[in-house]
Amino acid sequence: MTLQTPPSPHIHSGLRISGMMLQVIAALIPAIICYTWFFGWGLIINSVIAILTAVASEALMLKLRKRPLKPFLGDGSAVLSGMLLAFCIPPLAPWWITVLGVAFALIIGKHLYGGLGYNPFNPAMVGYVMLLISFPLEMTSWMPPFILEQLEIGFIDTLGMIFFSHFPYGLSIDALSSATPLDAMKTDLGLNNTVSEIITSNALFGDFAGTGWEWVGNWLLLGGMYLIYKRVISWQIPLALIGTLFVISAFFFLMDPDTYPSPLFHIFGGATILAAFFIATDPVSASTTPKGRIVYGIGIGIIIYVIRAWGSYPDAVAFAVLLMNMAAPTIDYYTQPRVYGHARGKD
Amino acid sequence: MHRLFQFKGGVVLKEHKKDSTAIPVQPAKLPPRLILPLKQHIGTPAEPVVAVGDKVLKGQLIARAGDAICAPLHAPSSGTVLAIADHPVPHASGMSAPCIIIDTDGEERWRPRERNVFNFAELSAQELRGIIRDSGIVGLGGAGFPAAVKLDPRGHPVDTLILNGAECEPYITCDEMLLREHALEVLAGLLMMRHALNAKRCVIGIENNKPEAFRALYEEVQNSGADVEVVEVPTIYPTGSEKQLIQVLTGKEVPAGGLPINIGIVCHNVGTAYAVYRAVEFDQPLISRYVTIAGSVAHARNLEVLIGTPLGNLIEECGGNRHTLRRLIVGGPMMGTAMHSDVVPVVKATNCVLVESAMHDVPLPSRDEYAMPCIRCGNCASACPVNLLPQQMYWYARARDFDKIQDYNLFDCIECGCCDYVCPSQIPLVGYYRYAKSEIWNQEAEKRLADLARERHQFREFRLEREKKERAERHKKKRSAVTQGGSDDKKAAIQAAMERVRAKKSEQDSTPKNTDNLTPAQQKAIDDADQRRCEQSHEEKTRESPSESKAATTQDRP
Repeated sequence: MTLQTPPSPHIHSGLRISGMMLQVIAALIPAIICYTWFFGWGLIINSVIAILTAVASEALMLKLRKRPLKPFLGDGSAVLSGMLLAFCIPPLAPWWITVLGVAFALIIGKHLYGGLGYNPFNPAMVGYVMLLISFPLEMTSWMPPFILEQLEIGFIDTLGMIFFSHFPYGLSIDALSSATPLDAMKTDLGLNNTVSEIITSNALFGDFAGTGWEWVGNWLLLGGMYLIYKRVISWQIPLALIGTLFVISAFFFLMDPDTYPSPLFHIFGGATILAAFFIATDPVSASTTPKGRIVYGIGIGIIIYVIRAWGSYPDAVAFAVLLMNMAAPTIDYYTQPRVYGHARGKD
Repeated sequence: MHRLFQFKGGVVLKEHKKDSTAIPVQPAKLPPRLILPLKQHIGTPAEPVVAVGDKVLKGQLIARAGDAICAPLHAPSSGTVLAIADHPVPHASGMSAPCIIIDTDGEERWRPRERNVFNFAELSAQELRGIIRDSGIVGLGGAGFPAAVKLDPRGHPVDTLILNGAECEPYITCDEMLLREHALEVLAGLLMMRHALNAKRCVIGIENNKPEAFRALYEEVQNSGADVEVVEVPTIYPTGSEKQLIQVLTGKEVPAGGLPINIGIVCHNVGTAYAVYRAVEFDQPLISRYVTIAGSVAHARNLEVLIGTPLGNLIEECGGNRHTLRRLIVGGPMMGTAMHSDVVPVVKATNCVLVESAMHDVPLPSRDEYAMPCIRCGNCASACPVNLLPQQMYWYARARDFDKIQDYNLFDCIECGCCDYVCPSQIPLVGYYRYAKSEIWNQEAEKRLADLARERHQFREFRLEREKKERAERHKKKRSAVTQGGSDDKKAAIQAAMERVRAKKSEQDSTPKNTDNLTPAQQKAIDDADQRRCEQSHEEKTRESPSESKAATTQDRP
């Protein structure tokens, strides 16, 4: 009779990485449905391509690195990275964009750094930035919401566009695509229009941000709240990020509402909500101390605003996240909490 | 109403307490053999005062406390000392240690009563501590620190005596049952402890998941009119940890590296108070305690168990199968220790025996075999009641960076297991911290040994040097004594001897005798030879000289 003698504790909550990842995926689904409602089947097709590529890349790298397949393929992290990247790619982008981006994210951004838990950068953002820099045309060919065009592209047509660049009804990608609201705002502001002129003249702008986009943002917000409620993510990063963006944009908006769009436009436009709840909260590459997470969120908020307002890119979530990823270890070092029984200010 | 505070973090656990509180506590069956480790407490081992073959009576002293931090041992039942030898003891390593093994005779004959205390209040604190010490009482909450030492404030003023009845670990119910059945005795023990400490106030903390225990104690306090607060505290693990209970009840934190007494607080377990009461009132040393037997047994329950009873006997008594054991945990599921075998005995600090069978009838939901990498989610840091960063400590423990891990306050870790419990990667975190701690202790011990060796070596060098010097000094003294301190006739004798030698030498230095009376031809031959010799040596000199002069000139050159 040999008894098992593992170290204490002898019970476990049953929490698993796969469970956490599954919750995040679940929280994304309402937003994906909403996105599909406004922008067609593109995102769903891209997501499937991304997931398949992610799983294949992960399996290949695990094999090469001689790691067990089952626990790592089952943890859901690759699937999530793929889905997040697909969310950031224009819905009608050709298939190879998605494949290339996801494979780059997983192979270079994740596994070459040591795989799950060891990547200093958010893999999805690594893939996104690579795509944005390498394929600016494909990565900026967004499309307006269907309701603005009185046009509905079916599933089969979308498949044809993504896989064979085959456009129905004699359309072309140039005719179909449009800028994102953030992009349009930036371009028009550059033409010396005022914010109110831009918003009223262009149907892309909805009630407080972009038509369609604002609803996707709402659903992402709801999913994010669910994740905080379920303690899959902590509240510090989303609150600090959105709060900072709100404060800065409100300051400039109040100073000069003609040149600086409203805080709501900043929060619900672009990828702010997605970044705050789903991307910046990637535990591996973010800060891990409670105070550190606040600093990290504030940093991302500031960089997003600075690049949006004065940089050359319309949105800046990916750059902001990657830049703060670099700072995370230092932030953690300087934000260690006060340990029980230690004097305040020391240690 | 007592104001309560909160500690940071903690986890809410499934309690599993109802199973073992249904049946009243009864004495466990007398085992045929009792195994009593000499070291059941923190401190030095007790020293046996009985020999193999001795008959012992119940309650008789069998090993005395040699040191200040030590606790004596008493025979839990009457019988014969079978052996004083190494036997497996309840320890994580499965090690054996010296034990007194008693063959019980089943008669349970007590030793005669030695002491009668009619009113403990008349005793001095010192006398009271003496009784507690002589009764072998240690902290019964799990740590096993000699109670008398902890009841000695050593000049520190004691503001609050806290009695810990929180019992926050799942499955364990021995303190709850004790409070339900012996609230009055616990209260009496508490007042004795208060007397020994001269504490200003007493607070008893009980988790709010044991209303019966709370009510029993509360009623006794009301009836007796004792100036004691009974407080219900929220059921969050690890409230029963000393530091956390102090924080909940007083809002104060024990300084790092310090003791509760540093902030005027002393904390004892309810079981210890009961043992104190029995020792003072009935002159009964600590020979039994309440133990919860839970998990894969037919009748989970509490038993009053004689110290030294092998765990296997308890498992069988509660309807467990010794042959299908998978895991045997002494203590609770969060901080208990998995045993290597069921022959180890119950010791003074054993509060629970948790059985897991290979049949999985009552499975303990444990970690996966395969630990995933840390994803730095920070669940551990949120759960840590000490506010550490377990994810960073894990990183440095893995990297064997023992300096860095101490920067992250490894030694403030109380090993409660909260971080481990909530870890989604299912990493055995506490195991890593224990490993790091023991490595650091080993390194420190090695360093101490190395320092000692170096000191010794340096001292030896120094000693050799000193001896050499002393020898030289002695030598010199002797010599100078010979040359200076000698008498004049001695000097004169030396002088005379020297004179003689000189005279002889001068005689010899004169021309050799065989050169006297030479013929002129002979003289000439000798002169020629001398001449030649002279020339030869001169030639040799001139041959050497140029180089010398050359060297000189080169040297002169500026």
